[in-house]
Amino acid sequence: MADLKFPEDLKYAKSDEWVRIEGDIATVGISDYAQDALNDIVFVDYKVDKGGSVAVGDEIAIIESVKAASEIYSFVSGTVVELNAALVDAPETINTDPYGEAWLMKIKLDGAPDLSDLMDAAAYAKHCEGR
Amino acid sequence: MTHEPTIYELSQPGRIGANLPSLDVPKADPLPADLLRTELKLPEVSELEVIRHFVRLSQLNYAIDKGFYPLGSCTMKYNPRINEDVARYEGFAGLHPLTDGEGAQGALALMYQLQQWLAEVSGLDSVSLHPAAGAHGEFAGILMIRKYHIDRGEPQRTKILVPNSAHGTNPATVTMAGLSVIELPADDKGDVDIEALKKICEGPERDTIAGMMITVPSTLGLFERGILKIIELVHDAGGLMYMDGANMNALMGVVKPGKLGFDVMHYNLHKTFSTPHGGGGPGSGAVGVNEKLKPFLPAPHVDIIEPGTDDEAPLYGFVTPEKSIGRLKAFHGNFGMHTRAYAYIRAYGGEGLHQVSRHAVLNANYIRVGLSDTYTVPYDRACGHEFVLEGHFEGVDKVHALDISKRLMDYGYHPPTNYFPLIVPEALLIEPTETETKETLDQFITAMKKIAQEAKENPELLLSAPHKTPVSRLDEVRAAKQLVLCCAPLLKDS
Repeated sequence: MADLKFPEDLKYAKSDEWVRIEGDIATVGISDYAQDALNDIVFVDYKVDKGGSVAVGDEIAIIESVKAASEIYSFVSGTVVELNAALVDAPETINTDPYGEAWLMKIKLDGAPDLSDLMDAAAYAKHCEGR
Repeated sequence: MTHEPTIYELSQPGRIGANLPSLDVPKADPLPADLLRTELKLPEVSELEVIRHFVRLSQLNYAIDKGFYPLGSCTMKYNPRINEDVARYEGFAGLHPLTDGEGAQGALALMYQLQQWLAEVSGLDSVSLHPAAGAHGEFAGILMIRKYHIDRGEPQRTKILVPNSAHGTNPATVTMAGLSVIELPADDKGDVDIEALKKICEGPERDTIAGMMITVPSTLGLFERGILKIIELVHDAGGLMYMDGANMNALMGVVKPGKLGFDVMHYNLHKTFSTPHGGGGPGSGAVGVNEKLKPFLPAPHVDIIEPGTDDEAPLYGFVTPEKSIGRLKAFHGNFGMHTRAYAYIRAYGGEGLHQVSRHAVLNANYIRVGLSDTYTVPYDRACGHEFVLEGHFEGVDKVHALDISKRLMDYGYHPPTNYFPLIVPEALLIEPTETETKETLDQFITAMKKIAQEAKENPELLLSAPHKTPVSRLDEVRAAKQLVLCCAPLLKDS
């Protein structure tokens, strides 16, 4: 628990996804806490295609570890402009670099995103602490 | 000896294990060449090699016949040998499944009686022995619920409420039946969040609720304290209540689901009623219903066709319930399991079954209390037949539930269920069952405490476990990613 990292520039969901907003592009992934809790990750299965549209609350991927399979949800609305295809062959990257190489997808935002349900790093760290 | 070759590797061309008697009929013409197949890889071994091979394999295996098997949520209980004796009676074992009803009166009488006993145990009105296993029983139950609503002119009732602690089969069943799931959260005491349920039952989805599936006691091993309120809310919204009977081992003679208000449930004869389980199956997922769902039971259904008299047994036969969901399985369910469950109930009787559940609950609570000062027990209240604890220790980040389980194997125990229910971090779900002695329970508690101590003093011992098993720790990541299910020599040749 003590070693987990929560970068300051990201927003975090209660369900352990992270979002990075750069201009009109949102990059999403799962947190260090999530990869640690899931343990060794063995599959990433995307539920949307490149070019497809996603809305808040949509299931965008399933991440499976030796322990469990977890649905990953979108917290923004827009069009998928890039899927991280490298994760399909090397899903274990999520365990080693959840905020860097192991981003899941990039979404071009429809408009200004409503991130009011998401937490900043400090609030999320506290949220993880209490679990 | 830790390595046993596959039987294909033992094979030698031309070695023959069977000795056929000499012909007492004219020799038939050889089979036409185009019907002969040469690509089948059949092992060529002697009889003694076959015997030794399988005996060695069985010795490498772990089974309840060898030691304690505290696998939670699955009631891996001992199958008394008398069950096997009864299942092998020639009249049962030799009965052809196509025998007509009249020629199989003994078997039908057994099935009818078993249906009656199961109905008595659950407080429901009628039982079908059709389903092949638990999830199949769920499927039968949800199909009946769906047809019930369609029959009443409410086809829009397509949603089933499922708590987040449920067995994975519950949402899968709902989906297979063409319905959809509304997931319910648990409160911090491990019960269903009644307020959340109330909101849904009184909200815009009210008229789309087909019913609710719930396991009692829950997969956390906890009796659902708000069950009467839950049933009332769902019934008021027009839904029916399904009980997943996987944990019925805690309830026999104590709680009758039908009297609580459940409309339908399944029993796992291979759990609660001791018929073999896992690799020793098959299972049997009998399903019980109240009067509302009786017309929808699967067909054919065993019933009395002509009532008996003082001197004559009744005539049993097959009937098709009025609005039956139809046939779910070839023939009449897994009959071999019915004979074993019948023998089990006959051997114990009503009072005996009550005692089974009382001891199952007592044993689980004994271990729970014995371990509660060493391990985190997230819901520290009296449990049913099983309980969950957290398999991690403060200050020892790298030790996980999996490592504790692996280390338990070194102590000679089958590990409990890992990482289920999903709502408890590092879950270990422990279910001792009623047949274990106090000495066994004490030894298990001692082993678990020793492991907790090892985790703090020498975590490597856990991380590299098991050390005393035929194979060391398996590479789960590779096993999950590389789905190679054939042995190597076969792959090479094909």
